[in-house]
Amino acid sequence: MEKIYSRASGIFEGAVSGFCPGCMHSTICKIVTQVIDELNMTDHTCFIQGVGCCGLSITYLDMDTISAPHGRACAIASAFKRCAPETLVFTYQGDGDLASIGLAETISAANRGENFTVIFVNNGTYGMTGGQMAPTTLVGTKTTTSPYGRDPGEHGYPIHMCELLSQLSAPAYIARVTCADVPNVRKAKAAVKKAFEYQLAGKGFSFVEFVTNCPTNWGMSPLETLDYVRDTVLNEFPLGEFRAK
Amino acid sequence: MAEKIFMKGCEAVSESAIRAGCRFFAGYPITPQNEVPEYFARRMPSVKGVFIQGESEVASANMVYGAAASGVRCMTSSSSCGISLKSEAISFMAGARLPVVLANFQRGGPGIGTIQPAQQDYNQATKASGNGGFRMLVLSPSDLQEAVDMTYRAFDLADKYQNPVMLLLDGFTGAMMEPVILPEAKTDEELDAIRATKTYATTGKKGGKQHKVICGPGLDTRVSQEEMNRRDAKMYEGWETDEIDYEEFLIDDAELILTAYGITGRIAKSAVKLLRAEGYKVGLIRPRTIYPFSKVAFDNLDYGKIRGILSAEMAIPEQFSTDVKTAVCGRTKVETALSSGGNILDRGYIIEQAKKLYGDK
Amino acid sequence: MAKGKVEIYSEACKSCRYCVITCPKNVLGTTEAVNQKGYQYVVALRPEDCIGCAMCATICPDGVITVYREGA
Repeated sequence: MEKIYSRASGIFEGAVSGFCPGCMHSTICKIVTQVIDELNMTDHTCFIQGVGCCGLSITYLDMDTISAPHGRACAIASAFKRCAPETLVFTYQGDGDLASIGLAETISAANRGENFTVIFVNNGTYGMTGGQMAPTTLVGTKTTTSPYGRDPGEHGYPIHMCELLSQLSAPAYIARVTCADVPNVRKAKAAVKKAFEYQLAGKGFSFVEFVTNCPTNWGMSPLETLDYVRDTVLNEFPLGEFRAK
Repeated sequence: MAEKIFMKGCEAVSESAIRAGCRFFAGYPITPQNEVPEYFARRMPSVKGVFIQGESEVASANMVYGAAASGVRCMTSSSSCGISLKSEAISFMAGARLPVVLANFQRGGPGIGTIQPAQQDYNQATKASGNGGFRMLVLSPSDLQEAVDMTYRAFDLADKYQNPVMLLLDGFTGAMMEPVILPEAKTDEELDAIRATKTYATTGKKGGKQHKVICGPGLDTRVSQEEMNRRDAKMYEGWETDEIDYEEFLIDDAELILTAYGITGRIAKSAVKLLRAEGYKVGLIRPRTIYPFSKVAFDNLDYGKIRGILSAEMAIPEQFSTDVKTAVCGRTKVETALSSGGNILDRGYIIEQAKKLYGDK
Repeated sequence: MAKGKVEIYSEACKSCRYCVITCPKNVLGTTEAVNQKGYQYVVALRPEDCIGCAMCATICPDGVITVYREGA
């Protein structure tokens, strides 16, 4: 029998990720490393990790990496890629990192059309710090800092990064994907591949948002989160390609 | 002999940086250093370097973090409140041990601070330019030739120690024009060779066994935080013997010592000359490296014949002078001559204070 | 005769059971057995039914499952 599916070389041999059971961070790490292997770029990649659960990738992904201050990954990636154009560069950031504290860095890098890829992990919460409200938290959702539920009158509405970035002229590729079922994992992988190919072709800024889960802080079993993503979260964050220049 | 060129401080520093091999600069507009990013924006294309006007000081400092991680010589500059915003990245770069050159053209006080020349950021530069208790070499020039030479040297020092180095200047030094002799520009071959030594650069494993990680030790579980702090502390300690740099002027027979750094050092030196002309036995100690502090210069004084020390700086309350007092450690009287808020320290006032402390000739 | 085969790296399994509900042939399940981290890791309860479609491995977050297929 032939081997048809396995881990990529970008994951440390035998490593067990530090992510919680059912967390799609692991899925994203898996498919991103698979794509990089398919592109033969594992030895020529640098990823810039945001602060939060993303930082757990440091002991999981066997590729060169820079750990950014909270929110600054896109600034670091902008400079790094310009100084090392042969390296495949992606940032790996959560929603608090990318859409709250790093909003200026994200939008500005996108607006300059910097030639790197953003892998944006949107699970609607600050996972590592224990489930605080994120800019992407759904209206009504109770978190540790919105204990009575996210109230639009007080907290505003979830921020839609793909739609926001789509207002800019420079970005080359913008897509929103999820990993909640097999067809979507495959689509997500295709989107990541397209984004990296755009970068390798020098087309400019590429952005893949993953609508993901946080079983631990959502207070759900992993299986329940899959249903919640499909039935509820995706209504707020519709999937699709927003830009493919 | 190299050609003398008449240049403005900000531009002389920038040109010297480029000649030292700076190939990445990110900055954000803030007075009184706007001519620095403007100069880099003009000049970088001709050396195939990269200039980015960041969306903020925070971003531009983090861009330099990214550039340093790629192995190129890089720099950012700002002024006071802008440096505060950069302190996040400065701390990260010190934690990750990356070589970068930083320039602070100081303002005149807390918050936004007046944009006129002052030395209100001595403590920030030498004690804590960010969280975590790291240190960096801080150099402060008194004239533009020194600014040019220090800038050039700062890149070597940053690489030597794989650590940020700060140039502490002020609006005066940045805005004035003087003739300078510029250093030889490093060739592309020399720069390639320098970059090749930076094996920590995270440009891909390229067949290497281990992946490279650039981060503070908090995240990299392979090393302990205490171990790294101890390693860094050892490096800082080494600077106390290897990187002390100060000027002594007419101190052999001096009964009164003036001490000052940066542009105030130049004013003080001129005060010393005038006092000497009047027959006062006055000398000058002018630290050029202000971190680590030139304690040894004060230990070498013959306190048997010294009437006192006058410490001059453009900071209120005193900052540099506190380090002077600590170094003198009660062995003689230390008085201060201070100004602030953009009021350039008056030479006449220094002379007057010196005479008071000197007493009868 | 099974058309496919799954190899499970049980120490990396966190028992999310995504593969269990995804497998179209109900090959996978958990038992009382736990790994070093205390998770009831997934095992092929009915390996003879495996068709090597790799849906389990595709949905598995942690890359626990390696899939082999006849004449792939």
